[in-house]
Amino acid sequence: MTTATATPIPTTPPDERPARATRAIAPIPLTRLMGVELRKMFDTRAGFWLMASVGIVSVLATAAVIIWAPDSAIDQETFSSAIGFPLSVILPIIGLLSVTSEYSQRTGLTTYTLVPWRGRVITAKMLVTLAIGVASMFLALAVGAVGNLVGSAITGLDPVWNVTVTEFGQIVLANVLGMLIGFTLGVLMRSSAAAIVGYFVYSLVLPAALGTLAAFQEWFRDLQPWVDVNYATTRLFDSSMTAEYWQQLGVTTLVWLWIPLAIGLRAVLRAEVK
Amino acid sequence: MISVESLTKQYGRFTAVDHVSFTAAPGRVTGFLGPNGAGKSTTMRVMVGLTRPTSGRVTIGGRDYRELANPGLEVGVLLDASAQHAGRSGREILAIAQQTMGLPRTRVAETLARVGLTEDEAERRVRNYSLGMRQRLGLATALIGDPDVLILDEPANGLDPAGIRWMRDLLRGFSDDGGTVLLSSHLLHEIEVIADDLVVIGQGRIVAQGTKAELLAGAGTIVRTHDTDVLARALTEAGLVAHPVDGGLRVDAEPETVGEVALRAAVPLRELRGADGAGLEEMFLELTADTAREGAAA
Repeated sequence: MTTATATPIPTTPPDERPARATRAIAPIPLTRLMGVELRKMFDTRAGFWLMASVGIVSVLATAAVIIWAPDSAIDQETFSSAIGFPLSVILPIIGLLSVTSEYSQRTGLTTYTLVPWRGRVITAKMLVTLAIGVASMFLALAVGAVGNLVGSAITGLDPVWNVTVTEFGQIVLANVLGMLIGFTLGVLMRSSAAAIVGYFVYSLVLPAALGTLAAFQEWFRDLQPWVDVNYATTRLFDSSMTAEYWQQLGVTTLVWLWIPLAIGLRAVLRAEVK
Repeated sequence: MISVESLTKQYGRFTAVDHVSFTAAPGRVTGFLGPNGAGKSTTMRVMVGLTRPTSGRVTIGGRDYRELANPGLEVGVLLDASAQHAGRSGREILAIAQQTMGLPRTRVAETLARVGLTEDEAERRVRNYSLGMRQRLGLATALIGDPDVLILDEPANGLDPAGIRWMRDLLRGFSDDGGTVLLSSHLLHEIEVIADDLVVIGQGRIVAQGTKAELLAGAGTIVRTHDTDVLARALTEAGLVAHPVDGGLRVDAEPETVGEVALRAAVPLRELRGADGAGLEEMFLELTADTAREGAAA
């Protein structure tokens, strides 16, 4: 019964292997993993067009504003809102797909075998996702600025630059939170279809339900800002934030984002990969 | 060198792998044989850190898989050839592995050539690949890091006979260079032509292990004659154990001994040979019969 262990030793010359065993093997740096994850976001047809859609949507939204908006509305804020809305839908989906494709396409079997420290893979994915989110916002800003210049040239009015650095920062933050919500759904569901459905429930059904509740139930009206995460996040787009608003954002994201994210990350680290 | 030490994996009350211990040695091809659902894949997933064992451990070259700095350079793994992104080309999938391991880009083309995928095939998306091509691509991913150890789950699945022969030569060359190969299969004939050592598993438990030569030697002699009954009696009188197998007998003895008995009994023989593969197959069926799924009514 133990022959499998006993017989082979003489068959291998003792001096044959050590030469290879002693070659220095450097650990895999996080930057390399980020490079790999970035590549994986673009290297399929579906992935490429999803990423390209960020640029395409920005240009289309800008064109729509130039064509249809009244002259008085041609200002930078109109452009950023027009671009920002569709992007706030696309970016979370990019975030969730970066996680779920490993499971739906079963590539995780190879990914987590080549890099058995799943926390590092997920960290690389998250950093790349956030970098894409921030880069997309700057792209949108640039496209919107060009749109504003072109639009003003057509109307013959002076371009109106009415988006402050603070406002832009808030918009970036709102989109980063949106991407993290997508990412959270990804690590919780680990299935593309389920996570996308979950995302639409989260971003469409939930706000409508809570809005209706607030409209008909007096007791809930004051409570909503503390419960409804979409409500609290949306204020980043169009309000100057007060201290209370920030607190409400903190409370709602803790419940709807940070705690579920922690649970999802724990599940990803522990779950069996098949 | 892969060392599995009393590995156990339970799913609730179901025990998929039950105190499994074996070693796959350098310079040898170790075949991991068992019927479907016997626990082969679970054992292999535990080896590479995809599944947490309930108890026991696996070491590769004396270390836990997660202790390897860059596992792809030390252990080549192919667990499921169909677990590849259908929308990526073969070349892209291999390039991702190359980039993850930090290897030079030239290795992609070299490895594609090594597993027999043409330039044209490498450009195609994997959804258009046959299972045999996916196996070659999966093997390329395992080989690209030039590892010392290969862990392959059902790698011959979907390969045609020429492909199986090619893989046998490839794995033979790899182990002759001192590499360790562990490959699983549920098909005895497939593994018989490749493996030096065998580990047979049934319902999560090891039922036999040893060198192929040893396990074959134990399988006895096949003998055929017109007077089966007369020969059977003579063999029994000579103190040998004979089992009837289609149209003949399998005797737990060397062919020479059986020949002498037949000569003394004056029984003309039609066939007399070592049981070889037939014996191993019978052994495999026997060893796994009582632990196969028919008996697993839960």
